Amino acid sequence: MVTYFSEIYRGLLSLFEGMGVTFKEFIKPTVTVSYPYETLEMCERYRGHIELIENEEGEPNCVVCMMCQRACPSDCISIAGKKEEGSKKKVLTKYMLDFTKCSLCGTCVESCNFNALDFSKEYNLASTRKEDFYFDLLKRLEDRNK
Amino acid sequence: MNAPVETNAPIEIQPDETFILNVGPQHPATHGVLRVKMEMNGEYIVDAETVIGYIHRMHEKMGEIKTYPQFLMNLSRMDYLGALGYSHGHVLVVEKASAIEVPERAEYIRAIMVELNRIASHLFWFGAFVMDLGGFSPLMYALQDREHILDMLEAVTGSRLTYCYFRFGGVYNDIDDDFISAARKFIPRMRKSLKKYHKLVTGNIIFRKRLEGVAPLSKEICRKYGASSAVARGSGINFDVRKNEPYSVYPEFDFDIPVYHECDSMARYMVRMDEIEQSLRIVEQGLAKLPDGPVMPKKKPKIIKPPAGDYYQAVETARGSFGVRLVSDGDKIPYRLKLRSPTYSNMHLFDEACKGMMIMDALAFMGSLDLVIPEIDR
Repeated sequence: MVTYFSEIYRGLLSLFEGMGVTFKEFIKPTVTVSYPYETLEMCERYRGHIELIENEEGEPNCVVCMMCQRACPSDCISIAGKKEEGSKKKVLTKYMLDFTKCSLCGTCVESCNFNALDFSKEYNLASTRKEDFYFDLLKRLEDRNK
Repeated sequence: MNAPVETNAPIEIQPDETFILNVGPQHPATHGVLRVKMEMNGEYIVDAETVIGYIHRMHEKMGEIKTYPQFLMNLSRMDYLGALGYSHGHVLVVEKASAIEVPERAEYIRAIMVELNRIASHLFWFGAFVMDLGGFSPLMYALQDREHILDMLEAVTGSRLTYCYFRFGGVYNDIDDDFISAARKFIPRMRKSLKKYHKLVTGNIIFRKRLEGVAPLSKEICRKYGASSAVARGSGINFDVRKNEPYSVYPEFDFDIPVYHECDSMARYMVRMDEIEQSLRIVEQGLAKLPDGPVMPKKKPKIIKPPAGDYYQAVETARGSFGVRLVSDGDKIPYRLKLRSPTYSNMHLFDEACKGMMIMDALAFMGSLDLVIPEIDR
């Protein structure tokens, strides 16, 4: 009999103790952010989709060595380049990223020996159309330079 | 009055009175696409069958068609809550096979990261488990603490959930002073939060009544199905890969393996809560002992081609012992990559153990197993 009542007493006490914790949290300041009205800034190392890096003249650093295309585990990257007459270097003519297959592993950036690729900080990428996820990185670079 | 906790009373089964109840594949209590076909007699389970394979993605097959570095990112997709532990197993087995030496600093960073990830995983499990039992607010508190870990890991690795941080021979990039100070601040904060959780949840009479003495798992059944992690340690089996088959820098840390002998759901809960404290201890020691130096080895083969052979490495992840068996034929693509996932073994004892249980107890039992379905189906 005594244990029965002591259990009820201890049980009630445990419930009030829990309520005490909840009440303490109730008067604490808010920690959430009301997205999309407020957004957080992405950290420096944030791995978004890839972006081309340009040199001082505004041309991409890429030399079309195909290392990123070969390193990609999901075949997202397709590059094309051509050799201008008289010059030794290849010039990048097409850099397509198929973001539908990309899993943001960053292997392409790591494989690049010419400092031509970087991660973007963009993360609001939701869309209802598939075409929105085929990124033409050369065009994006041109748009950025405008 | 004051009756001892009733074990599941034997029930008379009348075959024409049972009915089939489908739990899942889309059910909040299964936390993923797991289907459990239950034969019920009223509220009692007569027979249960877990049906898996709804999100099978052929990770093992992908391992056989991708080169070693290309497969790195797959591991974190297996278990989205404790992703780093799985990557750890994979990089360790490839390093063992191709004899790559890892700098000491990288080993320490790995251990710190894996332990932080383990805490994050246990916190999420804690919240989800209490939510299964009907309490919502602990989930929010747990997520708030978990957010601190995710922020720290994001600042270093660049992603919040599916990290691709470990490399063969080291880690992707070094940790900075910001991370170290954030981690140092986090440890006392988490200890305070743990006290809060014990006040809020562990002591709660409703919570205790629903878990104590419910779903007893004997040592035999754990051994039979190859259970590990808190499922085995809650049943009195003192087995932890970090202690029993030490790898990486774990022998240099001083930590305990929490073992409970009650065998019930409460014991499994207590093991995981105590593990958070032990992981905090490892992080604390790791930060104190962190040596200087590079995070990638100077000498590393450009193309990873392990010599022909059979290699195995087990690691202790948040969900149990995870093993990678690598069979190499000397090519740059593995001949076979077998992934032994802990939840797969932990889940399969559910069929046998839940017989005769009431359905609400069985769902609490399922929560205590800490299932992550993508990791079962892999």
